[in-house]
Amino acid sequence: MPRARHHPRRALDSDGNPVITTKGLTKVYQSRGRQVTALDGVDLHVREGEVFGVIGQSGAGKSSLIRCVNLLERPTSGTVTVDGTDLTALAGRGRRPNKDLRAARSRIGMVFQHFNLLSSRTVRDNVELPLEILGVSCAERTRRALELLDLVGLADKAKAYPTQLSGGQKQRVGIARALAGNPKVLLSDEATSALDPETTRSILHLLRDLNRQLGLTVLLITHEMDVVKTVCDSAALMEKGKVVETGTLADLLATPGSQLARELFPVTGDASGPDSTVIDVTFHGETATQPVISQLSRTYNIDISILGAAMDTVGGRQVGRMRIELPGRYEENVVPVGFLREQGLQVDILPAGGTETATPAPVTETLVKEAAK
Amino acid sequence: MSWSQMQPLLTQGTIDTLYMVLWATVVSVLGGLPLGILLVLTDKGGLLQNRPVNKVVGVIVNIGRSLPFIILLIALIPFTKLVVGTFIGPTAMIVPLAIGAIPFFARLVETAIREVDHGLVEAVQSMGGSVSTIIRKVLLPQALPSLVASITTTVIVLVGYSAMAGAVGGEGLGSKAVTYGYQRFDTAFMLVTVAVLIVLVTLAQLIGDGVIRLLARRGRTAT
Repeated sequence: MPRARHHPRRALDSDGNPVITTKGLTKVYQSRGRQVTALDGVDLHVREGEVFGVIGQSGAGKSSLIRCVNLLERPTSGTVTVDGTDLTALAGRGRRPNKDLRAARSRIGMVFQHFNLLSSRTVRDNVELPLEILGVSCAERTRRALELLDLVGLADKAKAYPTQLSGGQKQRVGIARALAGNPKVLLSDEATSALDPETTRSILHLLRDLNRQLGLTVLLITHEMDVVKTVCDSAALMEKGKVVETGTLADLLATPGSQLARELFPVTGDASGPDSTVIDVTFHGETATQPVISQLSRTYNIDISILGAAMDTVGGRQVGRMRIELPGRYEENVVPVGFLREQGLQVDILPAGGTETATPAPVTETLVKEAAK
Repeated sequence: MSWSQMQPLLTQGTIDTLYMVLWATVVSVLGGLPLGILLVLTDKGGLLQNRPVNKVVGVIVNIGRSLPFIILLIALIPFTKLVVGTFIGPTAMIVPLAIGAIPFFARLVETAIREVDHGLVEAVQSMGGSVSTIIRKVLLPQALPSLVASITTTVIVLVGYSAMAGAVGGEGLGSKAVTYGYQRFDTAFMLVTVAVLIVLVTLAQLIGDGVIRLLARRGRTAT
């Protein structure tokens, strides 16, 4: 597994101001007399200065969600508030975006999966486009465009045309363009999905750097768990138009039975025999660096076999999950399991016979969790 | 007819044909471009979706396109007289030529504009661009090569129409071919006229293709 490198990040205030809030966001499409519900009452809170990832299968509604945030798609009901402005109220009832909505949109940057650069314009002119819309003077536009291209590492490509660039370079131009209007919020619609893994990583690191340097809040949607793991502070899992789980990555990992945690750190492995207990242990924060497994082994004099493990660095902290097997039935292992929990570890007991689906243990939940209906 | 006799006729004919075709092209572009854009914008899912307007414009364009040009030419005589004061001569012919070509060009514009990637429109919408910004900065520049190809096609169609106009009191190569080649059974003159028309059409196509290649070169050559 590729290890993502991270510099220590400034701690996020857990009560940080929400920059993007959606309440009861619903989108219903009419298609040949049939109604398709793409969004079914989505409540989302993206805090200032964080990178928030929405992950889900295709068709889960994540694309509709991000397009509703700047009202490229008009929600059927519900509200969208970005940086204190209720966009849904601003938009009014007309189909055409009015002046207020357009002004609000110019303060929200957006990058796209297929870059959407104008092939008729040079790289520099593409970056200048949003500034032209804002009515910025010619000299100022050029100055700002070159500054932004420098920021994304493409200062030497100003005069090139988009067709002369590689996919990663095109997305850098897309990002520079999205930042031209000095937005507080950047929306990323599968920005790395058309790129190879290497380029994906460099684009994600660019987003990460911009997030840190400019205090930019990023809302990204993706279908790749790696993207969430590499750059996100928080994540939401979408299924069938609903947000099934949401929270900071640390909180999600600390939540028993979290589907996101399980998919971020997939561990596999079956029990070797019927007379054993299989448990999933989630390490995060300080516990990750303590030798708990060997302590457990020594303290209770039991043999522990490791069936599977996944470790990574998320937000500068070592986190991971491990599936281990203890001899004897669960009843015989209550004390060792209690010891692990005392050490601050998250322990999920797998049902006898060890399957992929972990049973959620009844522990205080630290995140908003809604069961998918 | 000897070559020295043919030459002044051909020269005058070519000048008249070019005069009619070029002005008719200018008027067709001025009329057809907004119509074509309107057809795209008012269509279902368009930026200015408006079914009634779309239907009405669509029907008018279709009627214009289904009328045979020779009929249009005669039907428009009163209108031409009203606009130009006469219905004979190259200037008068610009009116039916342009009216015949506007619906044709409008459909070509519609196709060209539709080919523009909707993602680009969305990108500009997400920047807060208005409909007029989208037309000026996305649709027209991105469709430019297709639009140039459409203009070329229209010019060539107009060269053909102008020959027909020659039969109904117009001037130009068509009129000369009818008067001297057909009515006086001068096959040699007829053939020479056809040759000149072929040269004109070929030149129009070459110029159009050249401009498109120039436009397409943006982004191909290394800078």
